[in-house]
Amino acid sequence: MVDRPALILLALLAALGVLVPLLNVGVPESSALHVTTYTVALLGKYMTYALLALAVDLVWGYCGILTLGHSAFFALGGYAMGMYLMRQIGARGVYGNALLPDFMVFLNWKALPWYWHGFDMFWFAALMVLVVPGLLALLFGWLAFRSRVTGVYLSIITQALTYALMLAFFRNDMGFGGNNGFTDFKDLLGLDLHAPAMRIGLFVFSVAALAGGYLLCRFVVTSRAGRVIEAVRDAESRARFLGYRVESYKLWVFVFSAMLAGVAGALYVPQVGIINPGEFAPLNSIEVVIWVAIGGRGTLYGAVAGALVVNYAKTYLTGALPEMWLYALGALFVLVTVLLPKGLVGLLPLARKRLVS
Amino acid sequence: MNITALAGKLSGRSRSAHPPRVGQLVTGDPLSAGPDASHGLILYIEDVTVSFDGFKALNSLTLYIETGELRCIIGPNGAGKTTMMDVITGKTRPDYGSAWFGQTIDLLAHTEPEIAQAGIGRKFQQPTVFVQHTVFENLELSMAGERSVWGGLFSRLAPAERDRIDEVMETIGLSKCRHLLAGTLSHGQKQWLEIGMLLMQAPRLLLVDEPVAGMTPQETERTAELLSSLAGAHSIIVIEHDMEFVRSIAEKVTVLHEGRVLAEGSIDHVQSDPKVVEVYLGE
Repeated sequence: MVDRPALILLALLAALGVLVPLLNVGVPESSALHVTTYTVALLGKYMTYALLALAVDLVWGYCGILTLGHSAFFALGGYAMGMYLMRQIGARGVYGNALLPDFMVFLNWKALPWYWHGFDMFWFAALMVLVVPGLLALLFGWLAFRSRVTGVYLSIITQALTYALMLAFFRNDMGFGGNNGFTDFKDLLGLDLHAPAMRIGLFVFSVAALAGGYLLCRFVVTSRAGRVIEAVRDAESRARFLGYRVESYKLWVFVFSAMLAGVAGALYVPQVGIINPGEFAPLNSIEVVIWVAIGGRGTLYGAVAGALVVNYAKTYLTGALPEMWLYALGALFVLVTVLLPKGLVGLLPLARKRLVS
Repeated sequence: MNITALAGKLSGRSRSAHPPRVGQLVTGDPLSAGPDASHGLILYIEDVTVSFDGFKALNSLTLYIETGELRCIIGPNGAGKTTMMDVITGKTRPDYGSAWFGQTIDLLAHTEPEIAQAGIGRKFQQPTVFVQHTVFENLELSMAGERSVWGGLFSRLAPAERDRIDEVMETIGLSKCRHLLAGTLSHGQKQWLEIGMLLMQAPRLLLVDEPVAGMTPQETERTAELLSSLAGAHSIIVIEHDMEFVRSIAEKVTVLHEGRVLAEGSIDHVQSDPKVVEVYLGE
């Protein structure tokens, strides 16, 4: 049961994962085909955005839960990775304190807060990348779905969730670097984070994570549970009357999706080199929903395509015409919603028909 | 009929409080064991009262349904027909009274999904099929059995389950539409698909709300055949306004009025009852 879009997407990702490193390392810088290390990191960032878009598409496109707070899980995954990267700095910080990160020294803290313990170990941080977003999603989803909060009310609560987290992380005494967040990372797994080889490694790993996330999501949506999830989206009370515990399905999808978003965030942070409370901004979450809508909600490859297309456009436009970007995004969103309810991938069947006839 | 069942039938005469449970060996969870209809009755509704802001939608309603029976329920708007369905399926909790599914399952103590799993299937007035799923998938989702997320992720359809889906598709006459999206079906086909979805749940009791509303005469006739063929193996309660249709299928008719039973019996008996004529048929 392998369909064509899945094969094409996986083939494209494999090609990207091989070609980009080759063109970066194997082609001289003078050549037009050379891919700069900056571009490698940029593409790596796109891959993590695409993974985030997959996570949002799973809950919104398939389960009908319009989440406007998924960046919270992305940011939490990022913070978990950031804490590990901060611990990797060791005594090389400005204050040269081997025990405490710079911002804690600056705040006159004498000891590491309890929740920072363990983050000097990579395996622990990697586990937390899944556990922290997963637990928050479990708690939030349990409360929201059990009370049968749906539709626009749920969307508003997800916005409130990410906004509340943003305000909390802005506070210095939370112990997450406040306003500035974490930056000035040095090493990952003891290797120099700024070395070209590390950039390529992170990029390849991000491509692999996206492919893996795609396969996992595909496994979910093609299973019988996936059909139940879509049934919940289309006729929730009908699914309940068939004997399905709608709340359990929603909760399960929500937690799984939050974990995917956490992984995306964890891969994002070492590639952009910074994480701060701005990542929790409500606007970020809304932007992800726009990527998915533009790409095509309810198709996994559509979500990936949407994230890549919109972010490429963003990189290009914010460089060429910075003041135009938000207008362009808004216009694109309106146009797609009005003219292409299935998003850009909705054009594919039309294009195929055109080709055949 | 064996002695025990006969005794049950007889003792059923003193059906006042709630189903006799004395001397009954209940092993394990009554829900998963399904209804125990050994006394010949599948549904006991006794003295059920439901009020909404002082308005009594059901007013000490008492009703029994026999195993394998096809019962039609008629009554003017606001007579409490839908509220009664809501009570049976666990959607509405009555203020007073009791509702038992067979001898062992207290319907008032269980949630909607639990009641559905115990073997009560409901077809809504408006056909609500899953429009983005194919006919086959609609039936698959409705199939009795696995409901957990984990099971749903890893289970694959067994050959016997496929056969069961094919069989039901044949019964409802939609074999040719197996891979069509349910949203593209005609109104009548959607209604049949809904009935098929009910059958997939292997229910003991089917609640069917206005099955022929909006159907063409041919579709109505086909639906009558379908429901009649299902009685016996299933107990069926049909709510319907179409008197021609009721006449064509019903053995026994119950007339509801202002939340209680006004008359009960054969269609001819009921139609000649002066009380019924007055409130319902006599306009």
